[in-house]
Amino acid sequence: MVKHWWKIASILLLAYTVVAGFLMSVPRLNILNESIRALYFHVPMWFGMIVMFLVSTIYAIKYLRHPTTKNDILSVEFANTGLYFGLLGITTGMIWANYTWGSPWHGDPKQNGAAIALLVYLAYFVLRGSVDNHEQRSRLSAVYNIFAFAAMVPLIFILPRMTSSMHPGSGGNPGFNMYDLDSRMRMVFYPAVAGWILLGVWIATLRIRIRNVKERILELEDYA
Amino acid sequence: MKTMRKFLLLFFSTLSSVAVYAQEEVEMADTMRSEGKIYVVVAILGLILFGLFGYLVVLDRKVTKLEKKLPEKK
Repeated sequence: MVKHWWKIASILLLAYTVVAGFLMSVPRLNILNESIRALYFHVPMWFGMIVMFLVSTIYAIKYLRHPTTKNDILSVEFANTGLYFGLLGITTGMIWANYTWGSPWHGDPKQNGAAIALLVYLAYFVLRGSVDNHEQRSRLSAVYNIFAFAAMVPLIFILPRMTSSMHPGSGGNPGFNMYDLDSRMRMVFYPAVAGWILLGVWIATLRIRIRNVKERILELEDYA
Repeated sequence: MKTMRKFLLLFFSTLSSVAVYAQEEVEMADTMRSEGKIYVVVAILGLILFGLFGYLVVLDRKVTKLEKKLPEKK
């Protein structure tokens, strides 16, 4: 039970997110109206994705220094979970955009950047699928992984801020200026981010453990 | 005294303009809240969330069982 405290923390934080996210008061803003509450769910998907991809890149670098199956599995499965978060982020964003900006795909710089970043990561899995040799696959994809992360950061964080994006914090102003006046939202938003990230890590560790079991079975079969 | 009066006038006029700005009604789901239907939404989302958590816990235990079935690495 002591080992699982962070899983319990994730459950509690997300339960708080749903309850407080719908019941606590939010700023009354035109156009956004009640949909402002989507912030508690849409934005943490991206935070989750970035953390998963960051961990994936760290293990890709680790793999290149110490090429072990363990490092490779960690890198792949975190990238896998990150991609899921990214897909959820982009689809929830499309629903939100449809009702606040007028169409699901608005060509907003951040929206386009996020889509390209996801395609870059999809190519990572295509690359992995196209190389038969184990070691070659792991090494090539580890190198690609680092480049993918390096491409994602400017696509999501830098380029949209240099033009006028409809996302808050764009046009040279990082952060959530739009919500700056409101500490009530921060009280739900930060726990939500922490909760979703922990949930992502939980799912990733499950995938990793299943892969490790698989790997172990293959090893045992080789001995037999 | 005159400056004081001017200052007070300015102060109250800004205050009233803030009040007017705040009164500009933005449509929110106030009716839904007053009827208590928002609790239905929270209950449904809460149930789905806990259903998913339960599923994750079950999967976690299954993986632990599998891990224990395998012999230790030498």
